[in-house]
Amino acid sequence: MASAATIAARQERQRSGLPATLLVGLCLTSTVLALAALAPLIAPYPYDEMSVLTRLKPPSAAHWFGTDDFGRDVLSRTIMGARLSLFMGFGATAICLCIGVPIGLFAGYLRGRADEFIMRAMDVLMSFPPILLGLLILAVTPPSLWKAMVAVGIVYVPLIVRLARSVTLEIAQEEFILAARARGDGTAYILFREILPNAWPPLAVEAGLRVTFAILLGAALSFLGIGAQPPSSDWGLMISDARPFLETAPWIVLAPGIAMSVTVIGINLLGDGLRQIFDPGLRLGRTG
Amino acid sequence: MLLYVARRIAWIATTLVVLSLLIFAITQMLPGNVAQIIAGQFATPDTVTAISAKLGLNDPYYLQYWRWASAVLHGDFGRSLIMERPIAPVLWEALANSAILASVAFIVVAVVGIGLGVLAAIRAGGAIDYGVSLFTFLGISIPEFFWGIVLILVFSRSLGWLPSGGLADPGSGFATHAAHVVLPAATLAFALIAHVSRMTRSSMLGVLRSQYVRNARAKGLPERVVILRHALRNALLPTITILAMDVGWLIGGVVVAETVFAYPGLGRALIFSIERHDLPMIQASILVIAAIYCSANLVADLLYAYFNPRIRYG
Repeated sequence: MASAATIAARQERQRSGLPATLLVGLCLTSTVLALAALAPLIAPYPYDEMSVLTRLKPPSAAHWFGTDDFGRDVLSRTIMGARLSLFMGFGATAICLCIGVPIGLFAGYLRGRADEFIMRAMDVLMSFPPILLGLLILAVTPPSLWKAMVAVGIVYVPLIVRLARSVTLEIAQEEFILAARARGDGTAYILFREILPNAWPPLAVEAGLRVTFAILLGAALSFLGIGAQPPSSDWGLMISDARPFLETAPWIVLAPGIAMSVTVIGINLLGDGLRQIFDPGLRLGRTG
Repeated sequence: MLLYVARRIAWIATTLVVLSLLIFAITQMLPGNVAQIIAGQFATPDTVTAISAKLGLNDPYYLQYWRWASAVLHGDFGRSLIMERPIAPVLWEALANSAILASVAFIVVAVVGIGLGVLAAIRAGGAIDYGVSLFTFLGISIPEFFWGIVLILVFSRSLGWLPSGGLADPGSGFATHAAHVVLPAATLAFALIAHVSRMTRSSMLGVLRSQYVRNARAKGLPERVVILRHALRNALLPTITILAMDVGWLIGGVVVAETVFAYPGLGRALIFSIERHDLPMIQASILVIAAIYCSANLVADLLYAYFNPRIRYG
């Protein structure tokens, strides 16, 4: 029977020293980052080099993860895919921050009508299920990876706006902001030079969470055929393209799928670990 | 409470109107003229003009929107360009299929998710807790479509226990019908079980530390009664609203799972129509899905208000 004492002891253990989740997460994430950074050097073959003679070959010494239906090396494609996946994750998060943070700062600082209008607009955006908003944006243009990235970024804007606004509401009450106003500093100066530097810690935590959600959502869009297009080696697209060969050549599906799972697990562990160190109170579950 | 309900419903109605405007505006940007699509690749310009006139495509946008919106309110979603038949019956059939899939998944999520969460909380710090948190961690990290494909590989291709996709033939028995739902529902449920059990665990832990649970134990009540009657009841309040909110996730999951398993539901209809630029079908299916999501949010809000007197009387 686990008593309150056991739980307290466990929390004590977690508090002392670096959490194991952080170390494992750091290892996995840095491995993926390194693979992505050095991809062209490490990949044994060009990711789009086709070869009729080596179609659908099982894993071997020459092709560690086998080859796909065009005779392309699955290992090379998976390694190159890491770049696209991280590009999607960080790119979409950056877009989301660039749009969401200024709007949130603005709404939280000015209050009044503008705030009311912005928050209502965000409520409408949030009344779309995330994937549907992405689909709606992508339905009308020829698909491509960067469009999917923008769509994923826009999907998460309302969350960031809400967070930035609530943080700003709090900071705007502080005395140094009153001082800045009394000095006659401009609104833009106060927003970006006074408030933003103090608002970033919770925003950074949220942005970290968004990266994995963005990777997963982006891959789902590519999987549905409205993200990256052939011959791209995006993991979602690779999995989608390989489905007809599930029976004859399961390695084409398994390699990108496992790579993606490991990447997301790594980043999630890293985030969990960081949160345990910096802010134990933030470890609440949240929806995508 | 009544005022609150009225306010929420009015808000949902406004949201849906704005959404329909948004859907209409965005789909108007679709490349390619609808008349051109209907007339086909080799139509003469005259034919295209004639069809445009017939469909009222040259009317101002507000008039087109009004025509579309009022038809939708009468249950008429127009005709599909690709399937060349009225959308409404197709849409309702797909919706029924999706509803079966989603409700099976939802029940599994509620039962298994809450069960695992309670188990993990009771045995906090023990082997079961670690097992459950590992499981939930995988659930959150592994993409749904990959998880679905792994299920197909294991249970369909290797073991041959379950069909890998599609729907059973109309004449077949209940078992065959049910077998076709198992894998897609399991795919949908996986990530959500993770989410629900996490939430249940944390709220259950909070309750277990409370004074009244200690009192119940001190009274000498059996542990089973303490857990089920005293702790779980209170711990479930946040979980119930979480469950309702998860419907949004469920909808996203439905789109993916239906694509993986070629399951003829609403999500598949939407992807199919996007691939083929079937404009009226895209508008209709997105609007219906958004309406379902809004209603689910409404239910979540009302449940939350019902269980939280501060809002009920606010």
